[in-house]
Amino acid sequence: MALAQAKADALAARIAGLSLPQGGWLGAARADALARLSTMGLPGKRDEYWRYTDPSSLNQPEAPHAALFDAGDEAPIFDAIARLKIVFTDGVFDAGASDPLTLAGVEIIRLADAGATDIHWAREIYGVLEARGQTPVQRPFAALNTAFATDGVLVRVTGRAALPISLIYNHASESSDAMLHHCIKVEAGAELTVLENGPGAARLTKVLEVDLAEGATFHHIRAQGRDHQRRACTHVFARLARNALFKSFTLTANGRLTRNDAVIELLGDDAAAHVAGAAVGDGDFHHDDTVFITHAGQRCESRQVFKKVLMNGAVGVFQGKILVKQGAQKTDGYQISQSLLLDGDSQFLAKPELEIYADDVKCSHGSTSGAIDDVALFYLQSRGVPKRAAQSLLVLAFLAEAIAEVADEAIAEDIRSRLEGWLARHEH
Amino acid sequence: MLEIKNLHVKLQEEDKIILRGVDLSIKAGEVHAIMGPNGSGKSTLSYVLAGRDGYEVTDGSATLEGAELLEMEPEERAAAGLFLAFQYPVEIPGVGNMTFLRTAVNAQRKARGEEELSAGDFLKVVRAKAKTLKIDADMLKRPVNVGFSGGEKKRNEILQMAMLEPKMCILDETDSGLDVDAMKLVAEGVNALRDAGRSFLVITHYQRLLDHIKPDVVHIMAAGRIIRTGGPELALEVEHNGYADLLAEVK
Repeated sequence: MALAQAKADALAARIAGLSLPQGGWLGAARADALARLSTMGLPGKRDEYWRYTDPSSLNQPEAPHAALFDAGDEAPIFDAIARLKIVFTDGVFDAGASDPLTLAGVEIIRLADAGATDIHWAREIYGVLEARGQTPVQRPFAALNTAFATDGVLVRVTGRAALPISLIYNHASESSDAMLHHCIKVEAGAELTVLENGPGAARLTKVLEVDLAEGATFHHIRAQGRDHQRRACTHVFARLARNALFKSFTLTANGRLTRNDAVIELLGDDAAAHVAGAAVGDGDFHHDDTVFITHAGQRCESRQVFKKVLMNGAVGVFQGKILVKQGAQKTDGYQISQSLLLDGDSQFLAKPELEIYADDVKCSHGSTSGAIDDVALFYLQSRGVPKRAAQSLLVLAFLAEAIAEVADEAIAEDIRSRLEGWLARHEH
Repeated sequence: MLEIKNLHVKLQEEDKIILRGVDLSIKAGEVHAIMGPNGSGKSTLSYVLAGRDGYEVTDGSATLEGAELLEMEPEERAAAGLFLAFQYPVEIPGVGNMTFLRTAVNAQRKARGEEELSAGDFLKVVRAKAKTLKIDADMLKRPVNVGFSGGEKKRNEILQMAMLEPKMCILDETDSGLDVDAMKLVAEGVNALRDAGRSFLVITHYQRLLDHIKPDVVHIMAAGRIIRTGGPELALEVEHNGYADLLAEVK
């Protein structure tokens, strides 16, 4: 049991300096999460889902130092999109920089203010979806977050939200350690878009729990911030009722360590969940997408589209699973993970998994790793396109299938232009 | 226009010599055809001129209007006025045909110090040219050559040529894989571009294409050299007798 003791010790050290807010329904949810966490301990390199990503910098009590990124006079992403802005700086809600938390058809409550009142809908989500997502694969940082999260928002949507809610995460201190936890409930037939951008802190631990009622629609688009030295460990837990639609896209450029878990449960029939990511990394970049999609309802559709462009020793990881439960007939599951390695030093590690207990399902998965297609490159050059521009065009073409998961064309265009900028700044 | 002198080329990776002293001179406005048996080096000649990797020029030169082509990057050759219509046009998933065309046209304009075409102007020009090649709006929207039939791919090559308005056009077996109607359409596209300032080098196996694109000069290539040069009647001779007589004559 030496390993278990080591995990317990690591956990004790990690939480020694954190305070567990007491009282009310939220205090009880936090205490439950701490109890869950205590049985798990912190992850180690020998845990199956941490073999490709070293958790030590997420385990250590102090956040590793991370220099701030100077974007110069470049406008932040989503700047041109009309939205309701909610700003957190180093994990603390910034009222001055945020819009008033009022939006027609939407209820928004700060997590820090939520403990005192009984918000019944949030009680059914906070820590609940996270707890469901702990089996069969443990996610200790999510439980840690549920217990100790210092801020976040609880959002309930009853109609069609007039504007996207934009969560902006500023990084102002080089040693900040932020823990944010958001809960989102989209009621039957309602619709919401959530935008997230920014690094958030030197080290950001984040949980987003999304509960979609019958026929609800949820679009999620995030850009994780370009600070080279930042670390992030994020989780999305989603539960879908009948006919619900969930779409999540993540753009990651830079960052020393990014671990994005997505745990999605298609409970009702005829629901659809799409999770996609485009990641570009140069040098000291480690990016891990770990996805677990459970099909419980019938005729549900799921898509996982993850693309990574890696150079100068950057590392990409994909661990994606589709679990089709007994009775989840007519499931349509699709999973693709691909990397474009721009040199011989970079690495892509992929572990696609299918586990199927129903007999009438369609599930496909594919994973590839390759270089720029020389023949296509020559073809473009022979038409007069300079080599660098031709390479960038091919890189964007490689990422296109992931970006196509962004339904809003203005947002997709914003993402493409960020990627073009990144490619122009990084020699390849 | 194009002057090739004593061109010797081998494969970079292995000791295989492909071209053994090619001499070719094409004047402005002329159409030359190269015919020859498989493996004679016709396609290699077109790739070397366009600047594809994998070949090593061991001797000789190739100039376009006096400028040394072999020293240039492929995109510089294109900007200088060279165009190669590929035997096997390349599929590029994720890049829209229209984006591709506009990127190419504007890259060349920029390289020549000309102003880039606006999206509106470009659209007008491309639509008109596409129409004469029977290329519909859907083909312009789809990713480059992805899911195109053989004929569509070749027409798409000619559309690119029409948009880029090169001075020296090399057509590498543009007739391969085409039915009679598609070949006619492609030939009409090429003929529409013929003028006093533009030259063509047409590489083909069959005389058939030369019924539609009438050459001024016909060359026969074998074993990395041009072994015979003549008028259009040379192509007819090959069509009737094959290459055997010509090859025997040289030996």
